[in-house]
Amino acid sequence: MSSPLTVLPVIAPAIPELFTGVGALVLVLFGAVFGEKSYAFVRWLVMLVLAVALILVYLSSGVRVEAFNGAFVLDGFARFMKIAVLWGSLITLYIADSYLKDTKRQAFEFPLLILIATLGMMLMISANDLIALYLGLELSSLSLYVIASFDRDNVKSTEAGLKYFVLGALSSGMLLYGASLIYGMTGAVSFAGIAKALSSGVSVGAIFGLVFILAGLAFKISAVPFHMWTPDVYEGAPTPVTAFFAAGPKIAAVALLVRVIEQAFPGIETQWQQVIVFIAIASMGLGAFAAIGQKNIKRLLAYSSIGHIGYVLVGLAAGTPDGVAGVATYLAIYLVTSFGAFACVLAMNRNGHYFEDINELAGLSRTNPALAFAFAMLMFSLAGVPPLAGFFAKWYVFAAAVNAKLYPLAIIGVVTSVVGAYYYLRIVKIIYFDEPREAFTPAPVAIRFVASVAALLVLAFVLAPAPLVNAASHAAKSLF
Amino acid sequence: MDMSVAQAFFYLFSAVMIGSAIMVIVARNPVHSVLFLILAFVNAAGLFLLMGAEFLAMILIVVYVGAVAVLFLFVVMMLDVDFAELKQGFAKHLPLGIILGLILFVELAMVIGTYLVSTDATRTTPQLDTSVSNTEALGRVLYTDYVYYFQTAGLVLLVAMIGAIVLTLHHRTNVKRQNIAAQVARTKETAMEVRKVAPGQGL
Repeated sequence: MSSPLTVLPVIAPAIPELFTGVGALVLVLFGAVFGEKSYAFVRWLVMLVLAVALILVYLSSGVRVEAFNGAFVLDGFARFMKIAVLWGSLITLYIADSYLKDTKRQAFEFPLLILIATLGMMLMISANDLIALYLGLELSSLSLYVIASFDRDNVKSTEAGLKYFVLGALSSGMLLYGASLIYGMTGAVSFAGIAKALSSGVSVGAIFGLVFILAGLAFKISAVPFHMWTPDVYEGAPTPVTAFFAAGPKIAAVALLVRVIEQAFPGIETQWQQVIVFIAIASMGLGAFAAIGQKNIKRLLAYSSIGHIGYVLVGLAAGTPDGVAGVATYLAIYLVTSFGAFACVLAMNRNGHYFEDINELAGLSRTNPALAFAFAMLMFSLAGVPPLAGFFAKWYVFAAAVNAKLYPLAIIGVVTSVVGAYYYLRIVKIIYFDEPREAFTPAPVAIRFVASVAALLVLAFVLAPAPLVNAASHAAKSLF
Repeated sequence: MDMSVAQAFFYLFSAVMIGSAIMVIVARNPVHSVLFLILAFVNAAGLFLLMGAEFLAMILIVVYVGAVAVLFLFVVMMLDVDFAELKQGFAKHLPLGIILGLILFVELAMVIGTYLVSTDATRTTPQLDTSVSNTEALGRVLYTDYVYYFQTAGLVLLVAMIGAIVLTLHHRTNVKRQNIAAQVARTKETAMEVRKVAPGQGL
């Protein structure tokens, strides 16, 4: 019989997850006992749990350790991605409050579902075999389906949830099919076991399985050709939820994709590289062209996020430590920029009515210069204008692609980012040069704070890029 | 157990199970169909018992009979599905059904045939550790080797429950609810009033 002291090292790497999970269970009970009134308290407690989990992750070392018989892995890469995901959930809860209040959906389940989704994302990031991968993915996806339709009396919101659910179930099916093929061909579920079995030669069945797994994961990161759900879900879901979707779940799914590719299929680079290159080019192209005609800011940002996933995949396609470091840097910068942009979208409200048409922004520079400046800087950063953070994000992934001799991919990336700059600049033009409309209601502190901090970080990144870039390259090295 | 007794029970359970399975699809009344389904489940549980898989047998009864079949009954009785209408066009689709059935049958025959013919297929039956019961053997791995998956799956189910409640539960405000405290606190004075009614007039 093993005593508790011998068990502790076995579960120690998962302490942030255990803490989050136990916290979620306690708060479910708490909410159930105290009912609707407990929203504010549960929200603060969930933020506290997330903050403590963040500290626990910070405190963990970047040394690779496994737990639960190899189902769970903690390394520098997982640590970096978990920090990003936890920040994403914290910011979501911070900016969501006023929106939930205005739409009268201040239910205690909202912070709880965000907490459980975060736990699922942390499990995804640390998944080290196919079963853990699937369970983590489902735990986060199921929570996301529910919060997409959280504004349940709104037709668009329920439509978003239903669409996301049906298509998500389809993609999970593809992922499971691929996983079963891989297991059948290699006889292993652990990533290390799969890599070992494939090192002696690859069969057609294994490639089939690989493609299906990639298709399932491409759906979760909304890469073309599995992006169809994104504009509708982004438009229909409550705006803070959309902000959440654009950050945490994407980061977790990209992290999972990177880990699957680099640790389960490292020996068959030629096989997965063509798939990744194709979806990268298709996503960048669609993100650049399809957003041009959009009038709704949330749909526009949805297409923008599809395009950005394309750039992220450019770094992954390189398949080098530099490429993965580029991916990590890109995701961190995108997290900040995207939350800033969505905070600006949340500020587009007059007396509790939220507007999503981009023409409502007309003349914002005269009615609210500070918000206009923050919005413009964030748009410039998304477009990749130097010397803002978004430019460096693109720089690192393209540099990695060039070093890996993927010249056509890098050239297409640069061209599409020039095309994509058009619609970001159009928003800036509307803000600064169109006739002013009625002013928006002054936004709550949380939203102004997030928008200004994001704009500041985007502006100041050029002064001190080293901490982020070093952390990302350190994280990437732990995978190779 | 005596071999012949076990065999007798095997044939009894199998025969009743196949008979009730046929009745599930031919019974005219959908409620009878579900009841026959329950009978089939119970007999399948009996077959599991004969094989020494008592845990599976009990789970089959608890989960399938206790939950799934009762859920079916609810659906059948509450949704008022017109099964006669569903069965229309049965003759039209019969050829297609027969072809699909034949394909399935041929595939099954091929799988079993190759297994019987081939020499390199593994034919060893795993050695069962008979010193522990099924439940104990499952419990030993479920909470040790597979605790991570087991607990995560539990959380997934919790999310499903929270989600169903969040999306469907409406707290109605204009409904009169029973207030037990108020009921108990009633006295004769608050509940009753004696009024004199003049003859020929109402209140």
